[in-house]
Amino acid sequence: MTSDTHDYLDGNAAAGELSKIFTMDVTVAEGQCAHCGATKRFAEAHLYMQCPGVVARCAVCEHVLLRLVSVRQRVFLDVRGMTYLSLDTQLQDSI
Amino acid sequence: MWRVGTVVALHNETATARTITLEVRDWPGHVAGQHVDVRVTAPDGYSAVRSYSLASAPNPEGRVQITVERLPKGEVSPYLTQEVVVDDRLEVRGPIGGWFVWRTQQTEPIQLIAGGSGIVPLMAMIRSRASAGGVAPFRLLYSAREPGAIFYRNELQAFSDHEHSVSLTYAYTRSAPKDWPRPPSRIDAALIANATWPSNLVPTCYVCGPTSFVESAAGLLSACGNSPDKIRTERFGPTGDRQ
Repeated sequence: MTSDTHDYLDGNAAAGELSKIFTMDVTVAEGQCAHCGATKRFAEAHLYMQCPGVVARCAVCEHVLLRLVSVRQRVFLDVRGMTYLSLDTQLQDSI
Repeated sequence: MWRVGTVVALHNETATARTITLEVRDWPGHVAGQHVDVRVTAPDGYSAVRSYSLASAPNPEGRVQITVERLPKGEVSPYLTQEVVVDDRLEVRGPIGGWFVWRTQQTEPIQLIAGGSGIVPLMAMIRSRASAGGVAPFRLLYSAREPGAIFYRNELQAFSDHEHSVSLTYAYTRSAPKDWPRPPSRIDAALIANATWPSNLVPTCYVCGPTSFVESAAGLLSACGNSPDKIRTERFGPTGDRQ
């Protein structure tokens, strides 16, 4: 393992950027990786922010789950790396 | 949604870290462990956003505290630690994040592990427990470069002295006080085994610090028999000002 593999944050660090788009907190949602099928909290994903935007990768297989890029007044979101997101509405109410 | 926060108090925690207390209009309240995004805008319109963990316990006054460590090449932290004065206004977005949080309803043993300024969200949990009159058993393992780099030392000592309160272990990586039982070194398996709850008590563990620290601490907790499901982590990275 090289030191480069340690250059990530946790998915929770994306909460602010994601709040631009979603009214619910996506970081506490469970998401399924479209590549390996692992289902984990989005907060547990590996987040790379040293790029023009945010890239979240699966904590199990490192496949890209989500990409979020802001260019001027436009925000681009790519979530094809996730089969689904599952949100607990009761938990959301308590946040 | 960005809100305006007015700086109402400043307090230096160490030679390089400062706590900023903000009064935020219509602050919706927060849970210990959450963070805020802070946006600062230069006169030419250039703006930068950084995330900071909240240090304060939830309170009815709508006051929030962040503690900012000055990073030598930082873009935002030198401004926040050296130039901001009382009555200045900062834009804040939050509270943010519902995963790395401790709620006062939790009664299980809690293991907190901080690396450097990773203490900040864990301090919010300790303060939140105290202000709610909580009885959940808390342990804190706090690793810092040297004694002078410890944040909130007096307050932590008071929590630690108080009966049934927080059990506290400091570990130093570069220089330790004279006669300190453990020579300066990074956290290791022996320290984790001695200073954290036994895994058969099934503690919930919160680990916050630089990425490599969190990686190592979470791995050691897991090797001691703690289930990965019970280990929550918050890393702050080598780039940007995030902390």
